[in-house]
Amino acid sequence: MRAQPSEYELVAPGKLTAVLDLLAREPGVWLPIAGGTEVMVQYGAGRLGARKLVSLWGLPELRRIERTAQEMIVGAGCTYSDLRKHPQIEREFPLLGRAASWTGSIANQNRGTLGGNIVNASPAADSLPALLVYEAELLLVSARGERRIPYAGFHTGYKQTVLSADEIIAAIVLQPRFTGYHAYSRKVGTRNAQAIAKLCLAGLGKVSDKKIEDVRLAIGSMAVTPLRLRRTEASLLGRTWSPTIVREARKALEAEVAPIDDIRSTAAYRLHVAGNLLQEFVESLFARNSAGREQ
Amino acid sequence: MSAKRCEISFTVNDTAHSVSVYPMERLLDVLRSELGLTGTKEGCGEGECGSCSVLLNGELVNSCLVPVLQAQGASVCTIEGLAPGNGSLHPVQQAFLKCGGAQCGICTPGMVLATVHLLQRNPSPTLEQVREGLGGNLCRCTGYTRIFEAVLEAAEAQAVKV
Repeated sequence: MRAQPSEYELVAPGKLTAVLDLLAREPGVWLPIAGGTEVMVQYGAGRLGARKLVSLWGLPELRRIERTAQEMIVGAGCTYSDLRKHPQIEREFPLLGRAASWTGSIANQNRGTLGGNIVNASPAADSLPALLVYEAELLLVSARGERRIPYAGFHTGYKQTVLSADEIIAAIVLQPRFTGYHAYSRKVGTRNAQAIAKLCLAGLGKVSDKKIEDVRLAIGSMAVTPLRLRRTEASLLGRTWSPTIVREARKALEAEVAPIDDIRSTAAYRLHVAGNLLQEFVESLFARNSAGREQ
Repeated sequence: MSAKRCEISFTVNDTAHSVSVYPMERLLDVLRSELGLTGTKEGCGEGECGSCSVLLNGELVNSCLVPVLQAQGASVCTIEGLAPGNGSLHPVQQAFLKCGGAQCGICTPGMVLATVHLLQRNPSPTLEQVREGLGGNLCRCTGYTRIFEAVLEAAEAQAVKV
């Protein structure tokens, strides 16, 4: 059943402080809406539970990308198009730029926001594995003040997060300390354009003196939340190239994830493809190193 | 519960409008029902098909996913606003006509607006870039080949003109 517009309130206070005051006055009553690429789909289908919405779209406080001496601060209201257009994000955080280019169509990239993607907490969201490997932090704000938390602890279960009812994400903070790393990501879906991922893997790695000196891996669409693959990383760390390390890493991966069966794919398929992507990552990491190419 | 109507003032195809609507009405419905601009089509109603594409402050958006309150003060361009109004067509429309880039026509307004958006940012796209630029616009008739040819034709015509 289609929603009746007369049954829904939407306000646009135009200032972040006014939005936070509203959320503080009636916590849990007002649903924030940014570009609407998720909320309006639920609304259009008559599945939106909230009856009162507050617009975050166009708040200048949330739509800045600022590179300080130490950090890249991405406002939560930045769209995927904003991310794709930003040359420093492309250079310093290529996995994020690439994930933005995979997220929906151009029209949806013009409206969908990074903060919205995080709060919506879909395990299949394209940008989230990239945020995990870059060890992003989130700046949360409410009328009570600010707090900064590691993104890695944000999701507590399927579509569950640590965000309080009066709080929103103000910004995503990234440390630019991955220069010279090999950056790998691959999304597997039903087709190239627009399909939601059956699986996506993001990886960062550095080989020095023929050994893996550092490695970070995260996977989306595999479990109820995006996952950092710490045991798989541990199996690779310090190793030199041999087919054995791929076999062992695949085993570590299988041991540390509990894959889901859903409408988009099966657990068995996901596990198998995840192993293949992992293998591709490891091979590309060493191939890149031996060829001495900069990427 | 019943929400209050609000006054939305915006510019559509270079004409100022003010409408009294519910803030959560979809921009798509306001364009079609309040302003009678039925060139913007509803396909899926969930942002997947691109039939309802319009330019909102110059950016391509799915108007089925835009609550009208978020268009307050904005400038909107729909398919009706493209042609210069002297009986001739916009060059992109002309290219679609020339190449046979339309069949049933439901997707065509969105395809044309996605093409305008693409060519404004990238005047001479590769076929791959055309595919990406129009990736959010679904067509169930043509098989896309003639649509992509029309986009490349429009790009070429534009280049000749400059």
